[in-house]
Amino acid sequence: MNSIEIDAKELHYTPLNQQIRKAVREGAGKITVRNLMGQRFIADGLKGDVALDLHGVAGGDLGMFMSGPHITLYGNADHAPGNTMDAGSIVIHGSAGDAVAHSMRGGKIFVRDTIGYRGGIHMKQYLDKCPVLVLGDSARSFLGEYMAGGLILVLRQSPDSMDDERGIGSGIHGGEIFIRGKIGDDCLGVGTKKDFCTNEGITRIIPLIHEFAAKFGIDPDPLLKSEYTRISPASARPFANKYTWE
Amino acid sequence: MSIGTVPMKFKVSVDSEQCMACARCVENCSYGVFRMEDGVVRVSSRHCVACHRCLAMCPRDAISIESRPIDYRDHPLWTTGVKEAIFNQARTGKIIVGAMGNALPYPVIFDRLVLDACQVTNPSIDPLREPMELRTYIGKKPSHLDLRTKENGDVELMSTLVPNLKLETPIMIGHMSYGAISLNAQTSLAKAVSQIGTFMGTGEGGLHESLYPYQDNMIVQVASGRFGVNIDYLERGAAIEIKIGQGAKPGIGGHLPGEKVNKEVSVTRMIPEGSDAISPAPHHDIYSIEDLKQLVRSLKEATEWKKPVFVKIAAVHNSAAIAAGIARSSADAIVIDGFRGGTGAAPRVFRDHVGIPVEAAIASVDAKLRQQGIRNEVSVIASGGIRESADVAKIIALGADAVYIGTAALIALGCRVCGTCNRGVCAWGIATQRPDLVKRLDPEIGSNQVVNLIHGWTDELAELMGAAGINSIESLRGNRDRLRSYMLDEALMTVLDVKSVGA
Repeated sequence: MNSIEIDAKELHYTPLNQQIRKAVREGAGKITVRNLMGQRFIADGLKGDVALDLHGVAGGDLGMFMSGPHITLYGNADHAPGNTMDAGSIVIHGSAGDAVAHSMRGGKIFVRDTIGYRGGIHMKQYLDKCPVLVLGDSARSFLGEYMAGGLILVLRQSPDSMDDERGIGSGIHGGEIFIRGKIGDDCLGVGTKKDFCTNEGITRIIPLIHEFAAKFGIDPDPLLKSEYTRISPASARPFANKYTWE
Repeated sequence: MSIGTVPMKFKVSVDSEQCMACARCVENCSYGVFRMEDGVVRVSSRHCVACHRCLAMCPRDAISIESRPIDYRDHPLWTTGVKEAIFNQARTGKIIVGAMGNALPYPVIFDRLVLDACQVTNPSIDPLREPMELRTYIGKKPSHLDLRTKENGDVELMSTLVPNLKLETPIMIGHMSYGAISLNAQTSLAKAVSQIGTFMGTGEGGLHESLYPYQDNMIVQVASGRFGVNIDYLERGAAIEIKIGQGAKPGIGGHLPGEKVNKEVSVTRMIPEGSDAISPAPHHDIYSIEDLKQLVRSLKEATEWKKPVFVKIAAVHNSAAIAAGIARSSADAIVIDGFRGGTGAAPRVFRDHVGIPVEAAIASVDAKLRQQGIRNEVSVIASGGIRESADVAKIIALGADAVYIGTAALIALGCRVCGTCNRGVCAWGIATQRPDLVKRLDPEIGSNQVVNLIHGWTDELAELMGAAGINSIESLRGNRDRLRSYMLDEALMTVLDVKSVGA
């Protein structure tokens, strides 16, 4: 496998992306980028089967519109990694900002720690494409807002995290959110339905728990033995009864 | 039942002397007005929307349609529209949704502006004899050029120019999505723009595979729902437009009801068949002008800075300040959509009451950008209520680079502006997905009509320019001296920066 190293020190995002694209065009199987210091738009619109190992802090819109590559970020990401992402994966060894996985339509995102507000907003699925967002710890308010499809799994490794996060699944009309442990009714957004996760739901999250544990080198057992809350749409058409015709 | 039956909107009658009972009206009316009983055509007037499909298809001119045959008591305040809205909401308790543009009789600024012509001095130009330059470039223009004279005397351009769109006429067709309109309607428009050498927008409905041959003349849209958006779609477009707002419904999102999401529509939008396509009010990655810059640049990075990026906003009170922010965001063009802009569906209260006229918005945006010395950073595109070539000339004189037309192009396809696009049973095959209705619109014929319309307007524009002694669209742009206001108030004249007639 052809492997390439790029030093991002003091490099603007455009030449950095140009170097990444050039490496992909030349058939690189693995690209390692070092000394990232908040450059935005990394791997935006990038296609192909390539692994990107990023070291440092990624700026906003990491992997936006990305279709295929597999990113591993050793550090934190600013807002909206995986924005409108199509396929591939982003694994973040750290935390990320607001609007993670915004309008994501395919692929997987794993965040080891926490994310900001509006995570997974308007994720959507179509045919065989079902986006997945897995969080090791927690998310701030409005997780899964406007969600139209896909799956969000919050492993909540700090037990009392998310107790005060409001508006979960506000306006959700497709997809499902699994949160480890219990969630108070006052944390739920408009148009949501809350259930204990059934065995059928568990079968969908077990492989994701294993995948998460393997990526971050943790023991999956406590996560597998836990109970999960499932949040889903109360109606597939939350706005259907709001309008009358002139 | 305390409200009871309200008067019918239209009364349809069939002249039995003329009618030959061919039943074409029965066949053509998708609203269920006509039926055959014992060899005679019977009507249910209450279903009529005045789309005139039956009139157009009747071989004997046997049908007549009367508007409001039974009216309410005439009153300047409690109008028919107001009363019927109250009846509707008293019954349902819901938000009223309607189609097409603003339905209130606000004065039309265009109709209070007149154009200039040469007499004696500064002779007019005959476009038949002289070349008239209508070609328009949309995108950033450099603030200065670096040139180098080579040893052989040739001059070499040292500055790097950014991509622009080349239009053969300053008339483009705005964004109407597949879903809102039919594929045959989109195909008609796409064939027309590629034949003319101008552009059209895809709307937020993705790009159907059958339109790929016309992609070099299509502007792809990224709106808040991100429907149909992936890297392949972005790379196909000649330019990318970020839709922030729409003149028909500023400040709110859009809902394509599940009934309109058939198999084909679901493919281009990339959502399950029958599901509602909900576009939120804001883009959830844009909460500030700085965030907008981020989205503009993310689109440019994703497409390697090869595509112009447009930002479309609804014309609202502070459009000028917003436009100044957009001009600094790396965007290449700003689209200002006035409050008369059409739509497939919008809440009546927004359609009729929110936003400002495009004439005022364009004039203030152009003035603000010039004051700040950044007019060259962006092109300005006007849309929303452009009805004829005179409107095009006037809005360009107020500072626009080009226009988007929407409703006018649909009228060229047969639309009668009946305002029931939301029903999804458009008898003209335009605002519908029903296969039997869609096939009524032949894209070959439709595209010819749209080509004819744009040709006609372009020729008229050349004539108007020639009469004013102008031989290049560049010289008309922002040239307010060629406009005079006729009975506009002084405050509005200040905003538009035009003098009164006679002054």
